[in-house]
Amino acid sequence: MLEIKNVTKIFNAATINEKVALNGVSLTLQDGDFVTVIGGNGAGKSTLLNAVAGTYPVDGGNIVIDGVDVTKMPEHKRAKYVGRVFQDPMTGTAADMWIEENLSLAKYRGKRRGLGWSIKASDRAEFKELLKTLDLGLENRLSTKMGLLSGGQRQTVTLLMATMQKPQLLLLDEHTAALDPKTADKVLTLTKDIVEKNKLTTLMITHNMKDALRLGNRIIMMHEGRIIFEASGEEKQKLTVNDLLEKFSQVSKGTFANDRMLLS
Amino acid sequence: MLYLASLPPAIAQGIIWGIMAIGVYITYRILDVADLTVDGSICTGMAVCTVLIVKFDMPVWVGLAAAVVAGMLAGLVTGIFHTFFGIPAILSGILTQLILWSVNLKIMGGTSNVGYPFGVEYFISTESLSKTFLYFAIILALLIGLFYWFFGTTLGASVRATGCNINMSRAQGINTDFIKVLGLVISNSVVAFSGALLSLFLGFSDANAGKGAIVIGLAAVIIGEALFSRITRNNFALKLLSVVLGGVIYYMVYQTIIYLGLDTNYLKMLSALLVALFLAVPYWKKKYFKKAAKKEKEVAENA
Repeated sequence: MLEIKNVTKIFNAATINEKVALNGVSLTLQDGDFVTVIGGNGAGKSTLLNAVAGTYPVDGGNIVIDGVDVTKMPEHKRAKYVGRVFQDPMTGTAADMWIEENLSLAKYRGKRRGLGWSIKASDRAEFKELLKTLDLGLENRLSTKMGLLSGGQRQTVTLLMATMQKPQLLLLDEHTAALDPKTADKVLTLTKDIVEKNKLTTLMITHNMKDALRLGNRIIMMHEGRIIFEASGEEKQKLTVNDLLEKFSQVSKGTFANDRMLLS
Repeated sequence: MLYLASLPPAIAQGIIWGIMAIGVYITYRILDVADLTVDGSICTGMAVCTVLIVKFDMPVWVGLAAAVVAGMLAGLVTGIFHTFFGIPAILSGILTQLILWSVNLKIMGGTSNVGYPFGVEYFISTESLSKTFLYFAIILALLIGLFYWFFGTTLGASVRATGCNINMSRAQGINTDFIKVLGLVISNSVVAFSGALLSLFLGFSDANAGKGAIVIGLAAVIIGEALFSRITRNNFALKLLSVVLGGVIYYMVYQTIIYLGLDTNYLKMLSALLVALFLAVPYWKKKYFKKAAKKEKEVAENA
């Protein structure tokens, strides 16, 4: 479903601030794989996701989604294949537009936007049904501005928007990191439900090791722009947070002291 | 009495500036781009309309239609500067404005002023105001209706989304570069159309008439919002109408100041300072009254 072949990305190349964010990363996701991505700050996790989404061009390698080489495809065209939820709850939705307008924008992801009325009565009914599944009472607030919702609510709606039109690939970039623990847990449970129900191929970055172990059938660990550890299936099931910490200190030669990861 | 007599023509001209302000609203508020093309494209509209009617003996509607097309081209140039050349929006607008200065003079045959023949009355004029107001009402109804429809379509919604959150728009598959160009094209077509109306109403075209048009447009938008936001709420058609009314109010205040005998050399300075002040208000509110804003949001969330 997703093939990342030897992808490199260098920021500020040939300057004193040169930073190799991705150093020849290769990763293949099978249809229905749910991969969690962990690693310290600056490990290249977000860069990897943004490279797949097309936020910026890569400096080398290829990215293939569902058999289509998208390496040179601009971000808005790639959106046809990719659903995304960002870390910042403000990023995923248009704050000044209504809930139903936001959902309508997502409904047309990857489709031609023309001069037809953007929200029809049938759409409204569909949106209501979808929102009901969230159990937040949002189905009665279709014409509320998105900006008036809490961070958790916005993130939930963003998740809905990313998946209401089944994407070939779902990219989650620490989408619960900005939420309080209780809300984060709710959003994560919903993520699990939606991914399982729709059998979505998913790449999820998280800082929380427990979440990384709890969710998904595969896990990868990144460090300095490379994938340094990978586990799947039963091997992943048996992993503990301590195993991960140990693996990390082995590869990074003891430099591991990311307090955010230790605390979680 | 003289003052009262000067009011109806002032209102009529205010409506024309208000129509221009709809164009400014589309870029400034909806697309979140400050487009300075306006100062040039309003004159392009004037020049194209006047020259076609006066020198080429075309019917009025051809002059108006050509002005709209010319405005579209002006917006297209700014859009290409901004998206394809990667020039910041404000600078792109200034560059086009400068280009248009030459173009407008060229259109007008090298002079900075072209008049309609005396004694010929077009469908709007200072002479028959009641007829003029009737036509304005029809034009406004059509224009506001058109935009109410357009911004409700999926394409129009993507223009609003691009102005609201560009990253999200790309993630939802919107070609934001195309949308920005489209928005600039639409906006400047409205501005040039208002320029054509202005030339018909005043009876001439002037290459200098556009100086400060963007400031008038912004003033109209801000006045309209400040005075009527409680009434317009979320109704888009009413919002556009409030912008037009903002233009009318601006121009009436302008006329009053002239009537009161203020040195007219100060007028542009005063409007600019007024707009600066109005633009500062939301910023100051955020900066110095943070608590109030936060509380407002909390109340809304719990509602």
